[in-house]
Amino acid sequence: MSAQTLYDKLWQSHVVHTEPDGTTLLYIDRHLLHEVTSPQAFEGLRLAGRKPWRLSANLAVADHNVPTTDRSHGIADPISRLQVETLDDNCAGFGITEFKMDDVRQGIVHVIGPEQGATLPGMTVVCGDSHTSTHGAFGALAHGIGTSEVEHVLATQCLLQKKSKAMLVRVEGTLGKGATAKDIALAVIGKIGTAGGTGYAIEFAGSAIRSLSMEGRMTLCNMAIEAGARAGMVAVDDTTINYVKGRPFAPKGDLWDKAVANWRTLVSDEGAHFDAVVELDAAAIKPSVTWGTSPEMVVTVDDKVPDPAQEPDPVKRSGMERALAYMGLQANTPITQIAVDKVFIGSCTNSRIEDLRGAAKIAKGKHKAANVKQVMVVPGSGLVKQQAEAEGLDKIFIAAGFEWRDPGCSMCLAMNADRLEPGERCASTSNRNFEGRQGAGGRTHLVSPEMAAAAAIAGHFVDVRELMGEV
Amino acid sequence: MEKFTRLEGLVAPLDRANVDTDAIIPKQFLKSIKRSGFGPNLFDEWRYLDHGEPGQDCSNRPLNKDFVLNQPRYQGAQILLARENFGCGSSREHAPWALLDYGFRAVIAPSFADIFFNNCFKNGILPIVMDAEEVDRLFKETAATEGYRLTVDLEKQLVTTPGGHGISFEVDAFRKYCLLNGLDDIGLTLQNADKIRAYEERRKIEAPWLFV
Ligand code: SF4
Repeated sequence: MSAQTLYDKLWQSHVVHTEPDGTTLLYIDRHLLHEVTSPQAFEGLRLAGRKPWRLSANLAVADHNVPTTDRSHGIADPISRLQVETLDDNCAGFGITEFKMDDVRQGIVHVIGPEQGATLPGMTVVCGDSHTSTHGAFGALAHGIGTSEVEHVLATQCLLQKKSKAMLVRVEGTLGKGATAKDIALAVIGKIGTAGGTGYAIEFAGSAIRSLSMEGRMTLCNMAIEAGARAGMVAVDDTTINYVKGRPFAPKGDLWDKAVANWRTLVSDEGAHFDAVVELDAAAIKPSVTWGTSPEMVVTVDDKVPDPAQEPDPVKRSGMERALAYMGLQANTPITQIAVDKVFIGSCTNSRIEDLRGAAKIAKGKHKAANVKQVMVVPGSGLVKQQAEAEGLDKIFIAAGFEWRDPGCSMCLAMNADRLEPGERCASTSNRNFEGRQGAGGRTHLVSPEMAAAAAIAGHFVDVRELMGEV
Repeated sequence: MEKFTRLEGLVAPLDRANVDTDAIIPKQFLKSIKRSGFGPNLFDEWRYLDHGEPGQDCSNRPLNKDFVLNQPRYQGAQILLARENFGCGSSREHAPWALLDYGFRAVIAPSFADIFFNNCFKNGILPIVMDAEEVDRLFKETAATEGYRLTVDLEKQLVTTPGGHGISFEVDAFRKYCLLNGLDDIGLTLQNADKIRAYEERRKIEAPWLFV
């Protein structure tokens, strides 16, 4: 057999049937559900008199609409509340496991899947949410789907798919001080653009990726979709296997040994063919900040807001001008002179324990600047919250004047009460800086948790490396 | 999904180009938990004089008498006639859901936005691409004749006017097959149920940890 990529292996092991034109019925091992994109899918099942094909493959949680403050009062917005209650009813009615709002295991769907071991190496994982790419960090094939497809997976445990092309993003070397997985993600998107990965499944590889923790790999794969790729993935190694071991849904005993033996094969073979290869030097990656309204509009913190006048392509130039106008920024302003009104540390990109540790390290013994109105720290799950509290991180945040919240999507997309007011500028650890994403008229700058905490303390963007005592 | 074979229905003319999915079903209705029930809010901003909110009883809302769907002669219409680029904008599947819930089974226009076009087939609506001149002629005949009805025959790929004028249209063979047989993707996939089961049996041996 010729050399295969990780993607080839994952694809091949899930093919149920292929039509002559390449349309493939692909088997889905894990289906994650949340309240926004599932109600119509459940209704569809009910109307057609269908049942879920395999109940145990499904796991549900409400995350987008849940409040991140005192939950004892429930959800204030009646429509949001109904969406969450509908998920509860559907799960109860069909017999699907759900972590309810008051369950300590509740959290953002892309945080809890891996945390529970519900995401395993070698799986196909889907969810009605584009950031499902996160789960590819485990050597899994994971991507977002639409509502009709949610219903399709519920009813058949399969998806109709055509195979993507394979892209290798290789990052070699040691990351520079202060640079994180988020900065790798931003550097990749800055290099290939938000459509650079369209039509591809991306495998992230190289020594810099192998040295990342699982949290870091999840951050990176989370943002594969921001590079246009539906799926991002990292090969299995000891880091993967050690993370999965002992998790509630992970195999135990004999099955564990069998599984590990299989998972060890989940790497791209030597000489496997990729349709595209992108290389980055880890040492050159620095803490980054987006300046515009697309994740590809990114520079390093020691740089300036770019000048559209220097852009020869007229289409790009007008895009830059529009972005600068929306963001309320002048060309050539040093990034470190941009003041922030709010800071958001959370989202499926950066709300895991390692992210909170990173932010706490910067905030320890300091206080948010007077001009910063609000700093929200929103852990990715109840268990992350518990762990952080056990480590005393909550106390560090609270002493710094940060708000310590309950888990959920929160201000990542402002579907609950957490949002930016028009014109407010936010340093955010989330993944999308689109117009209005965090609230109508809100201005989002994407950064790492460390950079977000540093901006909260200084009141403007700062080079986190300075706070670490060296540049 | 309901079959689509032959439809003989009343035509409503929506004489606008670039009708976007936001106009078809405004964003406040997306928090809905249903795939059905969007009919009363189809074209909400054009149809009513007030601002609509989800969950509201639409029967007492002030109607925009000028809007075509509010005219008595078009009540019960099943075929919507429109201009270029119908269904542009966001990918919301709520747009075809709203058209279907209102009662439309076919939309005729010179061109459609891609995603909307796909979403129609997933929901049992036949979008028919027709020459701009032919569409124009249908607009004129609809306006001139109260109770103007068209016959749409999917099998023959033919639209016939009351005067007996036939206009043929193109449709993708696979999609035609699905619509004629009332097969949504799920129905089709379930024809392969045995293969799915066989796959599962094989995987239970190869990778038993996936089935605990
Ligand atoms: S945290 Fe943000 S990006 Fe992630 S699932 Fe929630 S809304 Fe989507």
